[in-house]
Amino acid sequence: MKFTLKIWRQDGPQDPGGIRTYELDEVSEDMSFLEMLDVLNEQLIAGDEEPIVFDHDCREGICGSCDLMINGEAHGPEVTTTCQLHMRSFHDGETITVEPWRATAFPVIKDLMVDRSAFDRIIASGGFVSVNTGAAPDAHATPVPKENADRAFDVATCIGCGACVAACPNGSASLFLGAKITHLGELPQGQAERDSRVAGMVAQHDHEGFGGCTNIGECTSACPKGIPLDVISQLNKDLRTAIKHGH
Amino acid sequence: MTDTLKTSDPASPDDPQRHDDAAGYYVPGEPLTGREHAPDGPLEERWSKRVFEARIVNPANRRKVSVIVVGTGLAGGSAAATLGEAGYQVKSFCYQDSPRRAHSIAAQGGINGAKNYKGDGDSVQRLFYDTIKGGDYRSRESNVYRLAEVSASIIDQCVAQGVPFAREYGGLLDNRSFGGVQVSRTFYARGQTGQQLLIGAYQALERQVGAGTVEMFTRHEMLELVVVDGRARGIIARDMVTGEIETHLADTVVLASGGYGNVFFLSTNAMGCNVTATWRAHRKGAYMANPCYTQIHPTCIPVSGAHQSKLTLMSESLRNDGRIWVPKDAKDADKDPREIPEDDRDYYLERIYPAFGNLVPRDIASRQAKNMCDEGRGVGPEVDGVRRGVYLDFADAIERLGRKAVESKYGNLFDMYARITGEDPYEVPMRIYPAVHYVMGGLWVDYDLQASIPGLFVAGEANFSDHGANRLGASALMQGLADGYFVLPNTIRDYLADSPFDKITEDHPAVVEARQAVQARIDHFMTTKGTRSVDSYHRELGNIMWEYCGMERTEDGLKKAIDLIRTLKDDFWRNVKVLGSADTVNQSLEKAGRVADFLELGELMCIDALNRRESCGGHFRAESQTEDGEALRHDDQYAYVAAWEWAGEGQAPVLHKEDLVYEFTEMKQRSYK
Repeated sequence: MKFTLKIWRQDGPQDPGGIRTYELDEVSEDMSFLEMLDVLNEQLIAGDEEPIVFDHDCREGICGSCDLMINGEAHGPEVTTTCQLHMRSFHDGETITVEPWRATAFPVIKDLMVDRSAFDRIIASGGFVSVNTGAAPDAHATPVPKENADRAFDVATCIGCGACVAACPNGSASLFLGAKITHLGELPQGQAERDSRVAGMVAQHDHEGFGGCTNIGECTSACPKGIPLDVISQLNKDLRTAIKHGH
Repeated sequence: MTDTLKTSDPASPDDPQRHDDAAGYYVPGEPLTGREHAPDGPLEERWSKRVFEARIVNPANRRKVSVIVVGTGLAGGSAAATLGEAGYQVKSFCYQDSPRRAHSIAAQGGINGAKNYKGDGDSVQRLFYDTIKGGDYRSRESNVYRLAEVSASIIDQCVAQGVPFAREYGGLLDNRSFGGVQVSRTFYARGQTGQQLLIGAYQALERQVGAGTVEMFTRHEMLELVVVDGRARGIIARDMVTGEIETHLADTVVLASGGYGNVFFLSTNAMGCNVTATWRAHRKGAYMANPCYTQIHPTCIPVSGAHQSKLTLMSESLRNDGRIWVPKDAKDADKDPREIPEDDRDYYLERIYPAFGNLVPRDIASRQAKNMCDEGRGVGPEVDGVRRGVYLDFADAIERLGRKAVESKYGNLFDMYARITGEDPYEVPMRIYPAVHYVMGGLWVDYDLQASIPGLFVAGEANFSDHGANRLGASALMQGLADGYFVLPNTIRDYLADSPFDKITEDHPAVVEARQAVQARIDHFMTTKGTRSVDSYHRELGNIMWEYCGMERTEDGLKKAIDLIRTLKDDFWRNVKVLGSADTVNQSLEKAGRVADFLELGELMCIDALNRRESCGGHFRAESQTEDGEALRHDDQYAYVAAWEWAGEGQAPVLHKEDLVYEFTEMKQRSYK
């Protein structure tokens, strides 16, 4: 297969950046999207051009590192992570545009790499259960109804990639927030800090420059793990309760 | 005692000269006792004895004591969180953009815990015994017992953090049997147990970041260990965004930087997994133990072409229902498998091992797949002139159980396979091939997880402890969390009780020297301006390792590999091409440093494999097998931990042997015929 690649190149946070065009031949349909970029990078190195910087690590769809806007869609045309996208999803001869995540709260570091540390700071503001090591009761001390445990698991599969933010016209991280609020809110272990958790995380979210949610739903359709939109309803419900309780 | 199985090895075992395959490649050193900080007495009392005897740092003094933790996977993340909770001043480092991305996240299967919730006769004793046996009698009894003992507390801790383990309808935790053991002791969260456990540890860690006890350094790579007056006192790290070389000093350093499977270039590890943190420590005096012990997983998706960057594992539960075969005739290799009649297929595992069939242990399944492909009977795309794949066929299972049943059991794995290969495994047999998955070797540590450099502690896959020559399924997660939550926080305090240590500053000669060494290496890479990319060297090293130090190792092959690696290393240092600058993100520069260390590690792995002329666990020497082609241990000669000391650039490493003494279990040879 043969492709024309229009790729965002930006030297650093201060550089305005711009699209550069590359031609790539002899691409196999079995290559993952990132392997295609590896091949392009080897070609660039051979031609004494600096390789394209992009985040990636596990390449099996679970670490959440990879984060490319492909033809304007977060992670590209399939509902999966960029690393699990394969070239067979494109047509021979196609022009493919590759950009970094678009969001105020995810500033570009270089080329296609962005800074998503805001997510860590949101978790540090309440996305946990306060239990010191060794202080836990027996694991069977508190049974958890299977449906709650399953629901908690489903939303806990969030990989923190930020596709929801990149896809949202408001640059909101409400789906990411809602997933964590729902995960811990479904479990008895998460109840004691339920109010302070949502209050702390939402305050940090707003402080980081993420936008508000206006129920557009782009987030959930871009989410490689299928986190459902109703976690945002849960988030809002928990926030109202917390405010009522004086948070 | 060793069973008296006949060996195909023509040499007599009482002729030690004949068996010193690595003569000339190493220098014999003083033996190690391995008993440092290890209490005596009944096995079941040893750990509580150590917890009691290890001194405590006064809570009021803890905030004056500083700890560096490198790595934020299950071991590092849980250790940093727990030490932060205890009140120490912790600095935590990871190369990823967030601690939540460490590769523990990719573990699928589950975590063992000796809870006996199923009432099926499980116990600490049984988990201990299974682990010792699974490690092929090459681990320490005291360590393994401790691991089994704390396993139950791990489950409690994780549940309390909100880890959503699978549950039954009554609301209690579900368990499954894993890796051929006879009890159900594996806790799981669908196929994403590692992810859920890591998020638990990550949240505990971020809680401490919020509380101010842990300072987090993401996108930082440790490039050197600082050793002052014989003690580990800090690290030199590169800020991977600004390129700044930073000095971080502390009272103690914990390495939890994972395994080095990426020395093979292709493995199931994440792209960034590397040996640099532990290898820099090795060069500063920390012994590297059993580096040749590698676990190779039989059910991975085969290489599809020369562009392949990593391999993906599929749960080996697939072997419960899938039948493995290759064509009898190499001519059929590129035929549509559905058109190859039954009579022309070779179900080789069922043929060679009628009792166990497709369920033979991982190493046997892997080795036989390689043999079939070496014979030219492999299937799938030809890469570098060889087809490296065998069929894993579900046609019989679909006929017997129905498509629905197969779908409910393996649906997610089939989907993953279809996404990666573009083939529908319900219609066409899957293709599988073995891949490197985990390493049992790592930095040598004593019972306290302290390396041979005082003040340096090593946890998780980065250390060599506990598993022996092979690792049981669902035990990697257990060991990472055991080390991080329970073992290390209890043992490190004994070392820290000697604080305050001498104050050191950044202008101490040892610190300056470490920083200068890092800078010199970076300068070298930036100014070499050679002709070959870093990846091309890494790929070539990987091919050498896979060919000669992979599933089957021989004296001749290993010697050849050592020569090839030395030549490659030489070329790498003269001819590597790194573009751009060092004061910004430079992924080629990052990789160059890692490949430089992999080249040295690869050589040591081959020397270790050459020295160990026996087959045990994940290490198979062709010279040491039974008449039936099964692995044959030589307990009379090799029941020891091989701990290697760095002797300097271009010098033969020094081998320190730690004898493994079995007081409570009897050493047995396995048989799967």
